[in-house]
Amino acid sequence: MKTPMFQDHVALGGTMVDFGGWDLPVHYAPGIKDEHRNVRIKAGLFDVSHMGEFWITGPDAFPFVQSLVSNDISVMCDGQVQYNMMCYPEGGVVDDLLVYKASNDRFLLVVNASNVDKDFEWVKSHLSGDVKAENASSATAEVALQGPLAQEILQSIVDVDLSEIGFFFFRENVTVAGVNALVSRTGYTGEDGFEVYVDWEEGSKVWNAIMEAGKSFGILPIGLGARDSLRFEACLPLYGHEIDRDITPLEAGLGFFVKLDSSDFIGSEALRKMKSEGLPRKTVALKMVDKGVPRHGYPVSVDGREVGHVTTGGYSPTLEENIALALVEAGSAEVGGKINVVIRGKDKAAEIVKKPFYRKNYKK
Amino acid sequence: MAEIKAGLKYTKEHEWIKVEGEKGYVGISDYAQNAMGDIVFVELPEVGQDVSAGGDLCVVESVKGANDVYSPASGKIAEVNEDLEDSPEKINEDPYGSWIALVELSDLSELDGLMNEEAYRSYCEGLE
Repeated sequence: MKTPMFQDHVALGGTMVDFGGWDLPVHYAPGIKDEHRNVRIKAGLFDVSHMGEFWITGPDAFPFVQSLVSNDISVMCDGQVQYNMMCYPEGGVVDDLLVYKASNDRFLLVVNASNVDKDFEWVKSHLSGDVKAENASSATAEVALQGPLAQEILQSIVDVDLSEIGFFFFRENVTVAGVNALVSRTGYTGEDGFEVYVDWEEGSKVWNAIMEAGKSFGILPIGLGARDSLRFEACLPLYGHEIDRDITPLEAGLGFFVKLDSSDFIGSEALRKMKSEGLPRKTVALKMVDKGVPRHGYPVSVDGREVGHVTTGGYSPTLEENIALALVEAGSAEVGGKINVVIRGKDKAAEIVKKPFYRKNYKK
Repeated sequence: MAEIKAGLKYTKEHEWIKVEGEKGYVGISDYAQNAMGDIVFVELPEVGQDVSAGGDLCVVESVKGANDVYSPASGKIAEVNEDLEDSPEKINEDPYGSWIALVELSDLSELDGLMNEEAYRSYCEGLE
């Protein structure tokens, strides 16, 4: 499948790969390291049109969405965005998602590309009350502009004062380069930035307008490679790695987004039980002491005994070190502890460090 | 188009070997470094280790992932390029100047099965 910006990626020299059925750039000519650093110091533009968008509308939209997601949506104002998880009754994760609250009877759920069909089936199969669910994924294009210069770049082509949109808030009916858009101050890089949702046919126009507006600010188009390394440094979870059907949000260290005291949702009972009994596994951050690059799936050991596995690992362009997230037995999860990553059969020393690896001071 | 250097022999897996007498310097081609992207670590083989033609030589890690590098010919590792331990990015900058290992060749006739510059050029063109 091709996003509306496919030709733009090819024209920009993107190295295209198959990503879960989508033709998307893994990187452009500068390469993953330079793209990554450009987002940290200037700005980068991502085509995330493959993400899924569901509109949930109707008088019972609020209780219905709350029954699906782990965070407490009663604390949200209209125009606010909240990070959430949908869980299975056993506590594992169906998907992580952003919940946009337009009003009590209208919500937008933004889900992972690889899970769109599964998620929509899940939503439909749990529909309750006077609620309508619409899968707008194939009608919605999305770009993410991320980096410290994102606001300055976008400001020149929008009709609103972007400084009025706070972190994790959004506004509808914003005109971006003449196109009607939903604009949120959100992203998946650990930087300030915006996500812009428009009609599918308008995707290329908005993409090119932002690239043009960003030219004098040193904007770069960014591929999937740097998208992953950026989110990984910021310890933002990736479905299928840090969370999935067999890893609960509590084990993944995402308990902050699971409100077991104030909310009832699918999976909350299992998660309450897990919390009261104590977590069997925890996700930790590692820095390699020995040379070697930890990768997804590599075993992690203490004194020759396997205690878990790497969920995401790799080279950090910001830290210039090899780092990893690993899901390990709770007893081996202490910050400062020594732990080994088994790389091609050999134990390589690593140290457990505090999460995240990279933290931005956001403008509020 | 990737740079292809004259005077070297090439494998289908994009290694090069520069033969000097009964030894050969082994590295990876410009095509390979370009495909791998930013190289961040080279797990060098051990001196004295035996390698076989088409068998594992070492692993080159890039930002994207781990890449196996195979030996173009059989023999014993005589020397490794320790500069790559601290500066793996040299392979990106100068793939033909950044040899990985020097192999004492045990069967020079194996080299006949490798591609010369022209053959490798048309092989790479066929991949694009």
